[in-house]
Amino acid sequence: MPSIQLFAPRNNSQPVAWCHSGPVSPNEFLHAVGQMAERLPERRFIFNLCADRYHFLVTFCAAMLRRQTNLLPPNHAERTLAQLHAAHPDAYAVSDQPMNVAGLEMLPYPALASNGVAHGEIPAIAAEHIAAIAFTSGSTGQPMPHPKSWGSLATEAALTASRLELQAGLHFLGTVPPQHMYGLGSTLMLPLHNGGVIHAGQPLFPADIRLALEALPAPRVLVTTPLHLRICLEQQLEFPPLALILSAAAPLSLELAQQAEAAFDAPLMEIYGSTETGTIATRRTSHGENWESLAGVHFSHGENGLTRVEGGHIQTHVELQDVIEATTDNSHFRLAGRAADMLNIAGKRASLGDLNLQLNIIPGVRDGVFFAPDEEPGKAVRLSALVVAPELSEQQIIAALRQAIDPAFLPRPLYKVDELPRNATGKLPREALRELLAGLNTKHPS
Amino acid sequence: MTDSKSPLELEVAALIVQALNLEITPQEIDPAEPLYHEGLGLDSIDMLELSLAISKAYGFQLKSDAPDNASIFSSLQSLTRHIEKSRVK
Repeated sequence: MPSIQLFAPRNNSQPVAWCHSGPVSPNEFLHAVGQMAERLPERRFIFNLCADRYHFLVTFCAAMLRRQTNLLPPNHAERTLAQLHAAHPDAYAVSDQPMNVAGLEMLPYPALASNGVAHGEIPAIAAEHIAAIAFTSGSTGQPMPHPKSWGSLATEAALTASRLELQAGLHFLGTVPPQHMYGLGSTLMLPLHNGGVIHAGQPLFPADIRLALEALPAPRVLVTTPLHLRICLEQQLEFPPLALILSAAAPLSLELAQQAEAAFDAPLMEIYGSTETGTIATRRTSHGENWESLAGVHFSHGENGLTRVEGGHIQTHVELQDVIEATTDNSHFRLAGRAADMLNIAGKRASLGDLNLQLNIIPGVRDGVFFAPDEEPGKAVRLSALVVAPELSEQQIIAALRQAIDPAFLPRPLYKVDELPRNATGKLPREALRELLAGLNTKHPS
Repeated sequence: MTDSKSPLELEVAALIVQALNLEITPQEIDPAEPLYHEGLGLDSIDMLELSLAISKAYGFQLKSDAPDNASIFSSLQSLTRHIEKSRVK
């Protein structure tokens, strides 16, 4: 059976990672992974909750050496972890932050001895080993598992690197968590398999992003989102020049892409993908709206009208929630909106219908509806809600929703109204909701 | 709410409500309650938006790697103290 090494062989003077203390050589990294592997208990599943990207990586590789599977929860909320633990009762957790989940064995990330003794071969992992399970959080909060084999992660990294024409020796800084598929693929697998260097941090604020970039040698790659880019540009800081910017997780406008390319003096490549599939396609946003799928990845029509994607690194066929419009050949396409009533907020997905159901089953709610405003690139969408519930306060309704849905979908604002603008057939026209909300927003200036 | 807020606390509370489009009034923010996760229930996207509003209003950049970062967002009181200490306008 084929197996694939933990990382592409490289000279020991070329680091694998870049921590607060400086570069980490391949030998130091292998030494850390070996020590960590010896400390892990004998189990099948491990929650890899490390916030530091290097700690996450060492834990990820050590778990694979022990034939364990890394669970990547969509968030670290206690309720989410408890749900996933119930589905994987054998699991324990490794974390580098103080954390406590009832009944879940928590192993603090240990202090590992650091020395650069020469190691032999880079260990190889069976291609079909399930390296990780990523989860999507539905609106009802019941996470859905998406297993990833080590082989498919490595193939995705190879296909993406060849599309982006990556050179060895790039230094990758990510503003997205390693537990997210985009973060795992673009901040860890891409550098690991293509001679790149992984920055251990995950800066949030523009000033932090600048400091982290300045600490890294060139050539540098920033792996980020439209929201981080917009805030960085609005702060008007001077950033060190980059070799490449990667953006994903939300729509990016042409204008923002052009501004980012100018501010960071680098091409911006946008990545289209999902938790189920990993990376599907890329585009240089400033050069046109068409996407080019990765080599071997292709589309077909499913029976239910949804587009199916398969091939390349994608192990089974997956149905997409986006409408794909193929252009002249089968490798270029444009995105023509989202299928059905799917929402994507802060990388989390929910269906409007499902959210409305959760709202209307709250005792005391007579009628209610969520409203999703039109998307503005670079801005996080927040939902509004209109509710008929004479006996409940806004706070009581929010508190009940908090029990049932992911916080990213909580309405801001939520208005109580006497009735919803239902038409003769009982439907709620979008225009009527928009007008009603506009009136309420002026009455209650936020 | 029984607690009384300082004028700057009230100003920062209004900034939070306005920048994040919250469905509450500034008076309703408990000055001692956590802003992040529990309490107000803000997430990292909110923190990013808030950092922009703070830099525009008070002229300084928030940094999350500052040693006292966790405590800055631990409550309205501590955020206000940090702004008082760091503001340049």
